[in-house]
Amino acid sequence: MTAPLGKDLLALEPLTPEQIRLILDTAGPFKEISERAIKKVPTLRGSTIVNLFFEASTRTRVSFEFAEKRLSADTVNVTASGSSVSKGETLVDTARNLEAMRIDMVVIRHSASGAAHFLAERIESNVINAGDGTHEHPTQGLLDLLTLRDHFGTLEGKRVCICGDVLHSRVARSNIWGLKKLGAEVGVCGPRSLLPNAVAELGVQVFDRIEAAIEWAEALNVLRLQLERMQGGYIPSLREYNRVFGVTRERLERAPRDLLILHPGPMNRGVEIDSDVADGPHSVILEQVTNGVAVRMAVLYLLAGGPPELAEAAKGGADRESGIGNREPLGGNRERGTGKR
Amino acid sequence: MSGNREPMSGNGEPGRENRAALGRVVLRGGRVIDPSQRIDATGDLVLGDGKIDSFETAAGAKYGDDVRVVDCSGLVVSPGFIDVHCHLREPGREDVETIATGARAAAVGGFTAVCAMPNTQPVTDNQAAVGFVLRQGQAASAARVHPIGAISLGQEGRALAEFGEMVGAGAVAVSDDGRPVASAHLMRTALEYARTFGIPVADHCEEPTLATGGAMNEGIVSARLGLKGIPAEAEEIMVIRDILLARRTGGHVHLCHMSTKGSVELIRWGKERGIRVTAEACPHHLSLTEDEVNGYNTNAKMNPPLRTADDVEAIREAVRDGTIDLVATDHAPHHYDEKEREFADAPNGIVGLETALAVVMKWLVKPGIIDLPTLIDRMSVSPASTFKLPGGSLRRGSVADVTVFDPGREWKVDPARFASKGRNSPYAGHTLQGVVMCTIVGGRIVHQAAG
Repeated sequence: MTAPLGKDLLALEPLTPEQIRLILDTAGPFKEISERAIKKVPTLRGSTIVNLFFEASTRTRVSFEFAEKRLSADTVNVTASGSSVSKGETLVDTARNLEAMRIDMVVIRHSASGAAHFLAERIESNVINAGDGTHEHPTQGLLDLLTLRDHFGTLEGKRVCICGDVLHSRVARSNIWGLKKLGAEVGVCGPRSLLPNAVAELGVQVFDRIEAAIEWAEALNVLRLQLERMQGGYIPSLREYNRVFGVTRERLERAPRDLLILHPGPMNRGVEIDSDVADGPHSVILEQVTNGVAVRMAVLYLLAGGPPELAEAAKGGADRESGIGNREPLGGNRERGTGKR
Repeated sequence: MSGNREPMSGNGEPGRENRAALGRVVLRGGRVIDPSQRIDATGDLVLGDGKIDSFETAAGAKYGDDVRVVDCSGLVVSPGFIDVHCHLREPGREDVETIATGARAAAVGGFTAVCAMPNTQPVTDNQAAVGFVLRQGQAASAARVHPIGAISLGQEGRALAEFGEMVGAGAVAVSDDGRPVASAHLMRTALEYARTFGIPVADHCEEPTLATGGAMNEGIVSARLGLKGIPAEAEEIMVIRDILLARRTGGHVHLCHMSTKGSVELIRWGKERGIRVTAEACPHHLSLTEDEVNGYNTNAKMNPPLRTADDVEAIREAVRDGTIDLVATDHAPHHYDEKEREFADAPNGIVGLETALAVVMKWLVKPGIIDLPTLIDRMSVSPASTFKLPGGSLRRGSVADVTVFDPGREWKVDPARFASKGRNSPYAGHTLQGVVMCTIVGGRIVHQAAG
């Protein structure tokens, strides 16, 4: 059997709607594991996973680590500071060294667009993109889709607007592809200086005013204003940004319907989103975080070659005889990609 | 002008046929195409004493035993190709390319002369450095190497380099290529000052505040890949600036590696007004689009970047109608490791000397956009006249710089077989059309293909 997702998860753009639905459907059973007293199943026992983080991250790294540990994988965290990377080692050398230690998977976060792709072409281990530059953050996109689907039942025909710094946002790209593939209508709203020049060619509606976006949408995914990427002076001030584009209670109250509010975190309260919205009744921001662990468990499981139809069984305890618990630790049936050299 | 040098004084490669060199050579029975004389006829081209001697169209002419006869039947005999834009990396990065390996790669690609850009380490911005490049070129004994001097000291965009002394030492043009001339004042002064010496000022058109940090063309592909884009306007703003400054000063501006449709329109505007503007296009901008970057392919990363299909079409048309005067390679070798990295961090540039003819054949001649005489004009006659270099003609008495090629033969690009040290080619694995069979510089055969 070949893995249903192929060797790697690098982006949502190349996935089929069926593959995305498969991940979301697989995440369902895994959600329940995190609700138990003993949050552990033996599914990935014997697998070794490296979390390779070249960029600071708390939420994503912890979420991946929980997902790995709850599946009983052995994990190692490598961060850019305190590693050979800070001594000038190249990405490809870092990767080859890790692979020489016979690892099964790499979860990579990197500031360069395409870094995960680069790694995946050069090593045989499965590669999961945990955010590459301003390209994609596929597991974030998946957890957003799962959260929206939980509330709406389906994404078909739903109107979702992504608000803020789309230009620099990998979350935005993963959301746009994922939502469109599942049949949603996608809008984007932000100052034009923070939207890609070719944004309309991405197949989305563009809203210049947040009021119009709120009137149109059924859900808002409010992006973090990437303060660290703002050196180029794309907007005059945070104060004006909040006044013109901030998602505030007053603006939401004028909407013709209640809007679901998502935010990938970490939030700049009082900039892109006001606290009473973030903490309000329609905010699903913490559900996103919970879903993040389940979605990442699903991705790990599917990339490791776990048969989708056995995901339900895989969540059983160590006593349950599933195909997963007994599979060969290194997944000899995994589809190997185009590893070179 | 310090043209008409005879630099072929160095030793040849061991094992190569050199003895017949300065004797008489007959290129027999080829299709001789020389746009400088509007010749396109089958016959024998006779070379002697390093010069073009005669062209015999009568079949079956007899030659003495001391004459070396090269059978050219079925092949095209052309004035040698001239590349006015390449990076030979010496001094400074001899690990990546040397003048010798670059000149040899040029010969393999059918170039009998190349112009070496001055962005070396240290920068070629003075007469001693120009003399060094010239001497290394002579020692290489392959294609002629003409140095280009820097516009500004250290290419820092501030103080003018000594054009007069550099020209005296053999420089054929000035350029800060690799870096834009950000200051309009400096560009104006360079154009004025260069008039004294009759040399073109070759500019790398890039408005730096728009292009900074960019890794590819700005458009839908950059939006999808999350890479910072370089808008077409970064080039076009400088194109029109340079054209206007050429109008103001009467200087000759040569615009390097044009990549956008807008640039073509602006050059056309300038030429219609009689402004002294010439322009070049690179084989990659005539053949590939930004789609090559998909998958973060660093061998598709160069500056200016690959653009859209519309741009490629406009550049092709401009080469056809002469708005763009000539084809130049922007040959830019890099070390394997340097390209083997994250896209945004990888250096710009690809090698081009050994694929230029075959790329132009495949993408312009084969589809019927240009014919062979036009190709030869854009790769030989026009570069020679634009930069006032020897060659570019098969007229009797011209230097015997000749390229013989098989226009129909297909081959598969294998960068491991390049004579250049560089392997960074976006055409690896492509099947191209057109093989250089023989390259002759000053009457001496410096390259001959097997088979």
